[in-house]
Amino acid sequence: MKDILKAIGRAVFKTPLGFLVTLKYIFKKPVTLDYPRKKKPMAPRYRGKHYLERYDDGTERCVCCGLCAAACPADAIYMEPEENENGERRAKIYEINLLRCIFCGFCEEACPEEAIFLGQEYEFSNYDRNSFIYTKDEMLVPHPRKDNPFKRIIRRVRRVYGVEDTK
Amino acid sequence: MAEHKNITLNMGPQHPATHGVLRVELELEGETVVKARPVIGYLHTGIEKTMESKLYYKALPATDRMDYLAPMSNNLGYCLAVEKLMEIEVPEKVKWARACLAELTRINSHLVWLGTHVLDLGALSPVLYTFREREMILDIYEACGGQRMMTSYIRIGGLSHDLPVDFDKKVRHIIDVLPEKILEYETLLTENQIFINRTKNVAVISAEDAVNWSLSGPMLRGSGVKHDIRKANPYSGYENFDFEIPVGENGDAYDRYKVRLEEMRQSLRIARQALDGMPEGPYRAHVPGVVLPPKEDVLHKMESMIFHFKIITEGFKAPCGAVYQAIEAPKGELGFYIAGDGTNHPRRVRVRPPSFVNIACLPALCEGGLVADVVCAIGSVDIVLGEVDR
Ligand code: SF4
Ligand code: SF4
Repeated sequence: MKDILKAIGRAVFKTPLGFLVTLKYIFKKPVTLDYPRKKKPMAPRYRGKHYLERYDDGTERCVCCGLCAAACPADAIYMEPEENENGERRAKIYEINLLRCIFCGFCEEACPEEAIFLGQEYEFSNYDRNSFIYTKDEMLVPHPRKDNPFKRIIRRVRRVYGVEDTK
Repeated sequence: MAEHKNITLNMGPQHPATHGVLRVELELEGETVVKARPVIGYLHTGIEKTMESKLYYKALPATDRMDYLAPMSNNLGYCLAVEKLMEIEVPEKVKWARACLAELTRINSHLVWLGTHVLDLGALSPVLYTFREREMILDIYEACGGQRMMTSYIRIGGLSHDLPVDFDKKVRHIIDVLPEKILEYETLLTENQIFINRTKNVAVISAEDAVNWSLSGPMLRGSGVKHDIRKANPYSGYENFDFEIPVGENGDAYDRYKVRLEEMRQSLRIARQALDGMPEGPYRAHVPGVVLPPKEDVLHKMESMIFHFKIITEGFKAPCGAVYQAIEAPKGELGFYIAGDGTNHPRRVRVRPPSFVNIACLPALCEGGLVADVVCAIGSVDIVLGEVDR
């Protein structure tokens, strides 16, 4: 009997308190974003789609050493080397299979030339599987760059050295 | 008079309330469950075997994918095990940072549990609120390691990057904000008669049975057994922290709910202590040839560069021998058994996943109860099928 009274008391007095909580949120601004019209800025270390860096004069940084492929836990990277006009080593073929890739960032960590980075982009859906094999041309940053190269280098250095702006 | 026959009912593997691809074979007599048999294996990914075929450092991302709601705990368990095998001593700062992150992970996991569990019981709002709070923790993950779920942030011998600059500020924000929110969940649920009816005296397991089923984590503590690996067998600097182990009394779903909510508060307490006491120092141990040197050294120092190449291409050789390292993951005892054989990949990796052991007691929880309470039983166990099947 006592239990039942208690239960009735709870049902009448305590349970409606929950509605106050939900009611409160009707008058608050929603926390959700109006995606895809608005996007959340990703953290500086975010591991998105890869890109290959260039030196300021436009030559590729990647020397096709294969360390990124060795570090890749998913075996997603394939490359073949060649020599450029100046007799320097570079990649003839450099492919990342984004369907295999698990975005662990090990390639970025392994690269001794600071050539490969994981960018901020996370929307890369497509219609067929072949287009997920990203080739070197698709990954190389355009030269001359559209954005301010100085800013870009600072951003890259920040990523590598683990320092970030606090904003 | 018509003959009565028991009905066999298949629940899952695509049932929304089985939290993944768990299948439960139920034998029903009317609405009463006579027999329940959990069937697992629908999400088997061979993670243990994959880890065995990889170098030690390359096996790490696989651990993220077991209990994907608590990636940092898995990373931590694996790294501690390998560090034990290799006899690596990590810097003090790393220990404190890891403890702080592991506690955030516990909150993360419990928040998702709370939301989805009460969603199964018919309460629709808490899931929206808990996921909102979880977002703050995921933001911290993202700032630390760069990924929101598959963090791979805790590495063998330390962390992958240094802690982000505003780590302290962000975690303190959570510590300040979350208690109010937990109070909000309590207002919604703790005294809610519907919730009490659905969970009190449902899915009961006695303390003795809980021990016999070798349950761990909140499942065990909900039954009143005061056992927590963080206290019983401290790792990663947990002996420095002051916290309580909440326990339940009856071992029903309601008690487990209370235990988990209290655990979130205690986690906040630990996180605060970890932040206050975090010493300065390097974020990786200096063990040439085993732990990757920091990237800035690699670019400037020849020696580091050589070690960098060596570790990346051929890993490091672990001594012969086996270690077992257990940690208190959000769901219970997460153990890694790793046997090294002198080569650069493990001979055997065996994971003792808490969800797998805990879900085994499902028959004990369900049998004799109503079929509607099976959902409550599964929810209150808190399973992640990625971890059950591995
Ligand atoms: S991206 Fe870096 S690690 Fe990979 S082949 Fe090029 S230089 Fe070597
Ligand atoms: S992010 Fe990881 S999986 Fe993807 S290509 Fe780089 S190393 Fe391989």
